[in-house]
Amino acid sequence: MSSVKRQKQRKVLLMGKSGAGKSSMRSIVFSNYVAKDVRRLAATIDVEHSNIKFMGNLTLNLWDCGGQDGFVENYLTHQRSHVFSSVAVLIFVFDIESREPHTDVVNYSNIIRALQEWSPSAKVFCLIHKMDLVQASRRAQTFEERTEYIRSASEGFRDTVEFYPTSIWDQSLYKAWTQVIYFLIPNASTIENLLEMLAEVIDARELILYERTTCLMVTHVTRGVEASNPYIDRFERISSILKTHKQSLAKHTGIPAGSANFAELQIKTGRFMFFITRLTENTNLAVTIPPSEHVFNAARVNIALARPRFADLDIGNRKRPVDADS
Amino acid sequence: MDDQRGDGSGGLGASARAADAGPSRTFDTQRPGPTAHGEPAASSSSVSAAVPEAPPDAPLSRFRHGKRLTLERYLQDLPFADRPPSPQRYHTGKIPNTKTGDGKPRLLLMGQRRSGKSSISSVVFNKLAPSETLYLETTHRIHKESMHSFMDFQVWDLPAHIDYSDPAFDTEDIFSDISALIWVIDAQDEYYDAIQRLNTTILRLQESHPSIIIAVFVHKVDGLSEDYRTDTFRDIVQRVQDELCDAGFENAPVNFYQTSIYDHSIFEAFSKVIQKLIPELPSLEALLDALCASCRIEKAYLFDVLSKIYVATDTSPTDIGSYEICSDYIDVVVDISEIYGWERDEAEAAAEADDGGAVGDSGNKDAESLITMEKHGNNYLYLREINKYLALICIMGEDSATERKALIDYNVRVFQEALNRVFSR
Repeated sequence: MSSVKRQKQRKVLLMGKSGAGKSSMRSIVFSNYVAKDVRRLAATIDVEHSNIKFMGNLTLNLWDCGGQDGFVENYLTHQRSHVFSSVAVLIFVFDIESREPHTDVVNYSNIIRALQEWSPSAKVFCLIHKMDLVQASRRAQTFEERTEYIRSASEGFRDTVEFYPTSIWDQSLYKAWTQVIYFLIPNASTIENLLEMLAEVIDARELILYERTTCLMVTHVTRGVEASNPYIDRFERISSILKTHKQSLAKHTGIPAGSANFAELQIKTGRFMFFITRLTENTNLAVTIPPSEHVFNAARVNIALARPRFADLDIGNRKRPVDADS
Repeated sequence: MDDQRGDGSGGLGASARAADAGPSRTFDTQRPGPTAHGEPAASSSSVSAAVPEAPPDAPLSRFRHGKRLTLERYLQDLPFADRPPSPQRYHTGKIPNTKTGDGKPRLLLMGQRRSGKSSISSVVFNKLAPSETLYLETTHRIHKESMHSFMDFQVWDLPAHIDYSDPAFDTEDIFSDISALIWVIDAQDEYYDAIQRLNTTILRLQESHPSIIIAVFVHKVDGLSEDYRTDTFRDIVQRVQDELCDAGFENAPVNFYQTSIYDHSIFEAFSKVIQKLIPELPSLEALLDALCASCRIEKAYLFDVLSKIYVATDTSPTDIGSYEICSDYIDVVVDISEIYGWERDEAEAAAEADDGGAVGDSGNKDAESLITMEKHGNNYLYLREINKYLALICIMGEDSATERKALIDYNVRVFQEALNRVFSR
């Protein structure tokens, strides 16, 4: 039982300088905060844990580590093994507007060293945060320079570390987190194969599988003409659109934002038809199909029929009856 | 069971739909595309402006066919909406006593300096983010903007420093009988002078243009606490009414609204002012009422999609909450339509049609959308494109079941036909 549990839980460390925006980011992605509400957040004391369920078989065990020097010192000394053992992903947040970028990088390499010692197989994501504060024309260049500098301090993770520019004020946040999630999903290829089959059956242009509460994309399948869709950032955009709408629904219906879910959303136009429906316990499926009423109806029926197969992918769901028997 | 309102032909929804799918609306001319002007070099910049994410090497041919222009196409043309190639192609709401020529209704924004006039017009009509209005410059001359929407109207942003009571000033040029004067008062500032000037203006206008519609926006209320906001609002209303009364002008037809650009209140207030300029309003309201009664709709709005101003609603009491949800819902539909409504190459689309059977037989030319809630149990939000400017958005009642979707579709179709007759010209 415990082995199953450990397999399911993936430990994610969220680290970075105090005030870099770690908790803000977490509140927006996982706790349905609106960007302007994050100013209410206070400094994180020590570590805040949260568990987020994805696809049934994946639970994120998110450690939001307070970034004040005293705490960091503590992580690196007394709690070194506790904090850095069996880490799946380290997300390190850099503040682009930081006054002492060099100190930040020194701290970063200390943490990287500890990580290498206890979880050498972990994956490191560096988020260069608060990019909205940089002039639009200078963003790409600033990001490039900072990336190179940090990469040179990444030691053993030099070749695998990934960098993303982020801001809580646009969809870049979702882009970065989508990459993190995709890395963590253990059976991504199985899900993708199944989705591809489904897309073939229902003649879909595009399928997007996303998590219900965070609206983060798990994976997507694009077929035929849709591959040349000029909106290459559409997945993040959709995450962002759905998240905003969730908040507006919550406000109007008086249901807390966490559970203000629509059962189905349909949009039909002369050029495409689009609908979002529930796929498994924690995921929704967004489907884009050609504009045809019968394709639309057939797709809805087929997705309903495919649901049990996707539910089977959830290890948790399969184990549960066994546990009940024993 | 079927509610047949108007004189619907009585056919089933499908037949009515097929009849309506006729070529009544082709608007490939709205956008100055390569086919319209034959200058690919000149138009390439405009095309990329319409679709910002288009990769620079994307073939321009993709944007060539603008035939089935529905909601999303129209919205991608948004940057051109305010300066069409030839304005006479746009219909106007038929206003009685319209002067020929420049007979568009006018919205005049007036008020003290720094009261927020330019901010209002930028946020509402140019979709500027409210936080960006901090950087707006002071307006020094009359700033005119034309809106081409379900009806054409102009927004005139009048700088505060001009003395309009100066006899040398030609007021005929500014005020006309078919216009609305919006007086903006900064609720966070001293407002005695503003009220003084407002009353002078009202009294002067009362002689020259008695039918002008006057609205007072008590603006920037977002910065005031709830109690203080109500007090301020009441104080302003009282002062204006009292002073007008003293001047021998009782029961002045002045409406007051609390507004802020940081929430939806400014849109709601604008909606109410513009509704006063629509002579067909009673018919529209009656139609919406009938629709609500027949489909158990809680609240129905007829929205102008571009400006998010609502043209009409049913006569049940309105609250800002239902306006907000509908307005946010338009955002969702428009944003997703923008992403997936890109113009596909015709050949590829045809190939797709071969695989998937006859595509395009849906008869679904108008955008349509529906949200079903999990907890609510039933249909919740419904959107239907009525014509290129207007969309019908309904908040469904508790007991409107999903299986009656066909009935709703049918009734909305009848409503659409009736509406087209109201706006026939």
